[in-house]
Amino acid sequence: MATALPLYFVQVERFVGRRALIADIHTWTGVVLPVPLLVLMAGPWGKRLRRDIRRCNLWTAAEIRWLRSLGREPLAEPDKFNPGQKLNSLFTAGTIAVMLATGSIMKWNRFFPLSWRTGATFDHDVLATAVFVVVMGHITVALTHRDALRSIFKGWVSESWAQRHAGGWLKEESASKGSDPPSTNQ
Amino acid sequence: MASGQPRPENVLKHFGRRIFIGMVAAGAAGIVFGARVQSVVGNTIGSGAGGLLPGGDRFRIYTITGHLPSIPSSNYRLKVTGLVERPLDLSLEDLKAMPKTTLVKDFQCVTGWRVPKVHWEGVRLSDVLAAAGVKSSAAALAFDSYDGMDTESLTLDQAQLPDVIVAYRMFDAPITDEHGGPVRLYVAPMYGYKSIKWLSAIHVVERAEPGYWEQNGYPVDAWIDGSHKNAERSIDQ
Repeated sequence: MATALPLYFVQVERFVGRRALIADIHTWTGVVLPVPLLVLMAGPWGKRLRRDIRRCNLWTAAEIRWLRSLGREPLAEPDKFNPGQKLNSLFTAGTIAVMLATGSIMKWNRFFPLSWRTGATFDHDVLATAVFVVVMGHITVALTHRDALRSIFKGWVSESWAQRHAGGWLKEESASKGSDPPSTNQ
Repeated sequence: MASGQPRPENVLKHFGRRIFIGMVAAGAAGIVFGARVQSVVGNTIGSGAGGLLPGGDRFRIYTITGHLPSIPSSNYRLKVTGLVERPLDLSLEDLKAMPKTTLVKDFQCVTGWRVPKVHWEGVRLSDVLAAAGVKSSAAALAFDSYDGMDTESLTLDQAQLPDVIVAYRMFDAPITDEHGGPVRLYVAPMYGYKSIKWLSAIHVVERAEPGYWEQNGYPVDAWIDGSHKNAERSIDQ
């Protein structure tokens, strides 16, 4: 994302220079970006990650209602990830796929018709703007929800936090592990 | 019992997959139809304002060296050398004293972005060549840039096209340094990389050599796909 700024804004490029190098970094970091995730998903070590992905895939009707009401309709038993978090992870996955495809069309342009290249540029620009907004929002929300942020680094949440924010998940974990406090999967 | 099995009540399966596939489908639709959407948007709000929106019609400023070259127009010289009767060393004023050509044409990059209806002013490349007097043994041109790295080539036939110009004005103003000013080439019927920026020299030679972008994988035959190409070729004949 950082390397996109000098490529897109000439004011930044004036300041940074070395466009060819930055363009290469931008291309190749983009290409390898999904690799660690795919390796983690594919291997035998990816069981818990795959379970989290399945969580993001499966939605209850209540979660969809919550999303449609933009969070105004209360959610009785939130899952480990609330619908907003699920949506964010899905958006990220979709973004990686679309950015990789459109970026490749621009980079290896001789294999694609001109109108596709124009469309790919259009996609890449519009989606990049959306990503910028979402990532800024993501960071803001993370910084204002310290307990959730800490859980990402430490890998656990307190039972009282889970009670408040992920009641459904707490129930489910308690049912499967007796009375052990739940741990997150990170 | 399988841990992580979602709560049984009311599970709508694969809503996530649906969102993901929807995004990918929207992306694919954008690739196929984005060009049309963009031209409609551009025509509605004008390409000036369109350039401010993401995905709008705007230039991407490419440089291949470490920095943006900046050449004061008072120091500018264009050398015409090689297989010519009279080698030239032209200042910006010399170029402006030659017959002026005005074009309103799109700038089309090989990666896909396009800036429609750019206003260009300059001298036809064929007029510059006529002033130097091309020898009969010549068949191609090699161009150099003040960035010290970029090179380009055209055949003499291509150089005779009426919409291939040595440009010194763009958008009704002197060409800025980010657009390759004070003087750049503008080859309307070909992709933008042929329109070398910060033009410093034209060498008249026997054979076209691949330029910088062509050595980096872009085709030497840079005719823009579709209507442009056909329109320009009909002028050629």
